[in-house]
Amino acid sequence: MENENWLYSDRVKEHFINPRNILLDDQDFDYHARGMVGNVMCGDQMVMYIKVDPENLTITDCKWKTYGCASAIASTSVLSEMVKGMTLEKAYTLTPKDIVRELGGLPDRKIHCSVLGDKALRAAIDDYYLKHGMSDKVKTDQKNKIICECQQITEEDIEEAVLEGVRNFKQLQEKTKISTGCGKCESEAKEILKKYITKYFSD
Amino acid sequence: MNKRIIYLDNNATTPIHPEVAEFMIDNIDEYGNPSSLHTLGRRARTLIEHSRQQVALFINARPEEIIFVGSGSEGNNTVLQSIACSSLRCGFDHCNKRKIITTSIEHPCIVETSKCLKDKGIEVIYLPVDQHGKIDLNYLEDNLDEKVGLVSVMMANNEIGTIQDIQKISELVHHKNALMHTDAVQAVGKIPVDVHKLGVDFLTLSGHKIYGPKGIGALYVSSQAHYCPLIRGGHQERNRRAGTENTLGIIGLGKAIEKRSEEMESDFNRISKLRNRLKQGIEENIADVHFNGHPEDCLYNTLNVSFKGAEGESILLYLDLEGIEVSTGSACSSGSLEPSYVILATGLDELWAHSSIRFSLGRENTEQDIIFVIDCLKEVVSKVRSMSTIYHKGKCNGK
Repeated sequence: MENENWLYSDRVKEHFINPRNILLDDQDFDYHARGMVGNVMCGDQMVMYIKVDPENLTITDCKWKTYGCASAIASTSVLSEMVKGMTLEKAYTLTPKDIVRELGGLPDRKIHCSVLGDKALRAAIDDYYLKHGMSDKVKTDQKNKIICECQQITEEDIEEAVLEGVRNFKQLQEKTKISTGCGKCESEAKEILKKYITKYFSD
Repeated sequence: MNKRIIYLDNNATTPIHPEVAEFMIDNIDEYGNPSSLHTLGRRARTLIEHSRQQVALFINARPEEIIFVGSGSEGNNTVLQSIACSSLRCGFDHCNKRKIITTSIEHPCIVETSKCLKDKGIEVIYLPVDQHGKIDLNYLEDNLDEKVGLVSVMMANNEIGTIQDIQKISELVHHKNALMHTDAVQAVGKIPVDVHKLGVDFLTLSGHKIYGPKGIGALYVSSQAHYCPLIRGGHQERNRRAGTENTLGIIGLGKAIEKRSEEMESDFNRISKLRNRLKQGIEENIADVHFNGHPEDCLYNTLNVSFKGAEGESILLYLDLEGIEVSTGSACSSGSLEPSYVILATGLDELWAHSSIRFSLGRENTEQDIIFVIDCLKEVVSKVRSMSTIYHKGKCNGK
């Protein structure tokens, strides 16, 4: 009953109070790969470190650090438990939805900004692939590149917005909230917007 | 289960003073419409007018200069929106002036209303503040011209507690024949407020920030100033604010004001000591902190601190688990990623702004509370920093 008054679900609260697998300062952790996403200026940043069994390409251990709010802490903590024993291939396909399901839900407004774990994990897996001569497996192509770190908007998101009718930067911001955090991606976002408008809609 | 709560969020709202609650309960059956001529109506009217006198006396105004409103936000909206009124019915001089000046650290109800005014074609100037949150008087003077109808500067800031020199600002403003408003919601009841000394034309105050009820505020309008109502269509408040009076709220506000005049001085002495104790405890026990706000001209109950490398909402929620209630200006807690615009306006970057926590003390806090808070805070900040991406081995690498 008491938890009904708390901001988040029981499971979020529990992971927030006792986060698992944090990489503490004094721990030696010989990780094989690491991936970082987010930006502290925007309020959330996350690093994931993984150890991989080279035989069957399975994650044997996972640690993390985060600068972020309670749901960022809880979502990364729960993800770090989910991926142990998982193949790199499977781990690569995890989405924010999978994490939110595991957490027993999160307020909508929190999902976009605080669930960065899957992206950090993919960055770590990419790092592993690149370090071990498997660059062909890196799927994070240009379109998946995050343009706005604050709101986690990719180039593909901008393309979709254009296809759905966005024709100027103000409309793009209304639709995606792009560049409403620290604002440093604005000029890059405008370039990409122009590129897709030209691509699809110029005569 | 019922853990003791240490409430350090008194700038957000305050617990109702027991004597105010008692007085309101005693009068809960006074349902008469204060406009009615019969006995019940006249009784309600008497109670309301008594409150009006209490409020007026407290800020050195005349009772007829006090208008009861639904909140501080309503009071502030009323004053700002009057400048955009182009109704032929009022035709006041100041309605024809199409420029206002306010500051970059006002409460959202001023900021948002100002944006709206801009959309209506009114020029809006936002005064910058220095590192301590004090407005730049030179900038004000440079922008004050005959086009300016209204200047609105908050007396004390809700987030960082900085107190502005309203008296001096009023002089400058009146020199250019503009009207002067101050949002004194955080100041009234904490520091002496005298509308004549301050020289303001309008002043807003609120009940629930001074241990009174929510949903009631008061607007002082100088008998010299032009006034344009926001809510029309009733003779109440001498045609200046339509709507049947909130009798219970008004008498609660009057009683809260009465208690403030009795307790303000002793609260100042006691609470400022507690605040200093908290500040000292933080300085002695936690590294890489920054105190936001003015070192001297600051509300005695307000302490705003940034804990570098530790995100504010996490600190807030870990403290909440210990029963300690604080707030963060960083708006992750309110649904967006925007850091506190007040802290940014003082020139700190987003990293500091995202890690700011506001402690606002009140009349119920004790020395034991503060000692407990310092102990918990030490643990919590250390825990949050231990998982931070930018705080390693006691050093912040963020910037």
